Amino acid sequence: MTMLATMRRAAILGGVALAAIGLSSTAFAQKTKLTVYTAIENEQLEPFKKAFEADNPTIEIAWVRDSTGVMTAKLIAEKDNPRADVVWGLAASSIGLMGSMNMIEPYTPSGAAALKPVFKSGKNPETWIGMDAYLAVLCFNTAEAEKNKKPKPTSWADLTKPEYKDSIVMPNPASSGTGYLTVAGWLTIMGEEAGWKFMDALHQNVAQYLHSGSAPCVQAAKGERLMGIGFDMRGATEKTKGAPIDLIVPKEGLGWEMEVTAIMKGTKNLDAAKKLADWASSHKANELYGKYYAIVADPTVKSMPQNYPADGEKLMAKMDVEWMAKNRDRILAEWTKRYDGKSAPKAK
Amino acid sequence: MSLAASNRLPVLRVAMSRDDLMMRLGVVLLAVVLLVIVGLPLWSLLSKGFEDRDGKFVGLANYVSYFSTPALFDSALNSFHVAAVCTLIVVPLAFFYAYALTRTVLPVRWLFQGISLIPIFAPSLLPGLALVYLFGNQGFFKGALGGPIYGFDGIVIAQVFYCFPHATLILVTALATADARLYEAADALGASKLRVFFTVTLPGAKYGLISAALVVFTLVLTDFGIAKVIGGNFNVLATDVYKQVIGQQNFSMGAVVGMVLLAPAAIAFLVDRVVQRKQVALLTARAVPLIPKPKLGRDLFFTAFCTVVSLGILTILGMAAWGSLIKYWPYNLSLTLANYNFTNFDASGWDSYFNSVEMAIGAAVFGTALMFVGAWLNEKTREFFLMRGIVQFLAFLPMAVPGLVLGLGYIFFFNAPNNPLNFLYATLAILMINTVAHFYTVGHLTATTALKQIDPEFESVSASLKVPVWRTFARVTAPICLPAILDIAIYLFVNAMTTVSSVIFLYAPDTKLASVAAVNIEEAGTTAAAAALCIVIVITSAAVKALHVLADRFLLGRLQAWRRR
Repeated sequence: MTMLATMRRAAILGGVALAAIGLSSTAFAQKTKLTVYTAIENEQLEPFKKAFEADNPTIEIAWVRDSTGVMTAKLIAEKDNPRADVVWGLAASSIGLMGSMNMIEPYTPSGAAALKPVFKSGKNPETWIGMDAYLAVLCFNTAEAEKNKKPKPTSWADLTKPEYKDSIVMPNPASSGTGYLTVAGWLTIMGEEAGWKFMDALHQNVAQYLHSGSAPCVQAAKGERLMGIGFDMRGATEKTKGAPIDLIVPKEGLGWEMEVTAIMKGTKNLDAAKKLADWASSHKANELYGKYYAIVADPTVKSMPQNYPADGEKLMAKMDVEWMAKNRDRILAEWTKRYDGKSAPKAK
Repeated sequence: MSLAASNRLPVLRVAMSRDDLMMRLGVVLLAVVLLVIVGLPLWSLLSKGFEDRDGKFVGLANYVSYFSTPALFDSALNSFHVAAVCTLIVVPLAFFYAYALTRTVLPVRWLFQGISLIPIFAPSLLPGLALVYLFGNQGFFKGALGGPIYGFDGIVIAQVFYCFPHATLILVTALATADARLYEAADALGASKLRVFFTVTLPGAKYGLISAALVVFTLVLTDFGIAKVIGGNFNVLATDVYKQVIGQQNFSMGAVVGMVLLAPAAIAFLVDRVVQRKQVALLTARAVPLIPKPKLGRDLFFTAFCTVVSLGILTILGMAAWGSLIKYWPYNLSLTLANYNFTNFDASGWDSYFNSVEMAIGAAVFGTALMFVGAWLNEKTREFFLMRGIVQFLAFLPMAVPGLVLGLGYIFFFNAPNNPLNFLYATLAILMINTVAHFYTVGHLTATTALKQIDPEFESVSASLKVPVWRTFARVTAPICLPAILDIAIYLFVNAMTTVSSVIFLYAPDTKLASVAAVNIEEAGTTAAAAALCIVIVITSAAVKALHVLADRFLLGRLQAWRRR
């Protein structure tokens, strides 16, 4: 075949393909497309979307997903011309911040009454509804522990022992929400004075403060560090993939955070957005959350995902979300002054 | 240049011709375009530095509170320290490499040239991952550095890898055009090789050298990706921006740090102005292109040098390639292809990859046209100093802007409800525009370097022959600069494939990019799949580069025949 003939054929094929795309897009034209911003895990996107769309065939979800920090910054930057209809799966503290900026459309979804009180904003109508809770646990690498003869810690206090020097990583609270809830958790459990004293001692053993809440458990799972303090689900999935780690819930209790659903003020698809908010707080949705998280909003859903720490819910600290938000700048400034100012020890 | 040229050719200082008018209009248009894609978006974020979190004007209060934080000085000091060290390593390395490529006879020259570009093909995630595999606590050579890889050492190694091709690209352009007559004269006068090097070669490449140094310095200063993965507790200004913007959603403080980072750009701009005045055109109309002749000792030395540098680059790439094939580092090292099934790791699967390719092609085509025509307008327009100065400044800005700052600025500017351009927001087009803007400086510098080496006599002769200026552009200038034009297109393509920090804020449901997906996948702990996606990006860019080499040969053969004697 000559070059020209090949090109002509390619052009015809291309034209057909374009026409097909055109046809298929008109076929779905009646569907309402909801732009949903989220920070849930990648592997959850497809199942969540499918389950919702099965019950609401006239609505189609278009996800924008990134890490909590990126999504929160993007949402706030878009404040004057919001692009998201609904936020489904973002930290409660982020939504709280957006609520204080008058960015949230209040709405009490149909299933709200049946949910645990702590998973609700408490406003009337509600500004957000919780989905699941995640904890800042300890991911401990058993293979490295065996190799280096390190005992398994059971409490936060254990972490300050000299034998763990340079073997702990945790998220930097100035760059990671998980980091902040960890620190706020300690201050809540131990009280301010003892909390800072504990962190002073812990600092001696911390090899590095990382810029993400997922990274510590990942580094522990890959044997890069003996242990990491971080996002529980990440540890559980790494363990399922074959990492030699144990997820430890320190006996003093721990900090935690919720993923929540909220409707954005200014959405052009308010009806569809409400349908999604209704569905996201339903029993069915909570069963779906339960496949990934041990602690969900619906008290009747009993779930235990693979490799999840068993006793997490009992040890959840009594977190005061408002206190956390109000004192954030002060705590971060203090933390940065104490631990973030000095650079890494020079390798010599 | 303009001063020198007008002094030498006083005859041409006549009243404004139609050509002059057209070109001035072009410069004004260019300034408007740059204002829209660089200036205004940046200002819409940086102006937040003068507001509190609720948007009330607070003057310099944020600056005062930032400058009274001792941590700033640590970060600033660290930033300048690491940038200076990297510049001192990269520029000589890249200069000798570029010298070897252009001025000596290398076996498999094309291969060495290709390998030198590999780092630019890779997302900055790749050297980070590879270094952890090599020198991390579970790495093959752990302890070889005498300390942990996380921190200063890690940043320097990864940055040298990452910045090397940027400097090489500029220096190859600077060294590629030389007048053989100068060397023949020096030879005839019996000047020693060393003397020729210092009196002919180096001065000829001075503009390129200074540009390369400025580019490397600011790249290191603003890059966040490497510092995040491998920086340990070594705080730099770019991580400070991240903490403020991503960690605390404090745009005001983020804007303050972003403004601090602009200082080096301002310095770079001034340095460039000074150097530019002194640069003399190398390729006069009567010039004879330099073709290196074989010389055994020199060629062997440079072959060995290039081999060592290439091996270093290939080790890092090879480590990542191997890392993409293993099941679970470091506990299960059996091999698998499963990591390349991206649908399992990111909901957008391979779609993000095709988005990236489409975006990169668009950025390369439109960006190259804008950058080359723009640089030409700005170089060849006579007088009109103020407007040209504005264009030059806007072209320099993006280099010094951390991607996070530019990306957020794009949201504020292009998503504003009263901006007539807000239909662009959340499309693939805005990702292209953002990428062109973000990488404007190096493309502009490359085009300017190439244009500066062409004697203004070409234009003067055309003008006296009453040939319209655009015809000289199409018939003489563009063909002479074709290698540089192709280099810019490739540079844009590969950077569009790897860029993260700015576009991470700008993608819509159906326009997610592979480079962003790789970061998300790595965050989720699936390091091997992230490495796999990086490798796919590297292969794509390498394939495009291979096409470029073929095109270069073919086009050089036809359009650059004059270079041969």
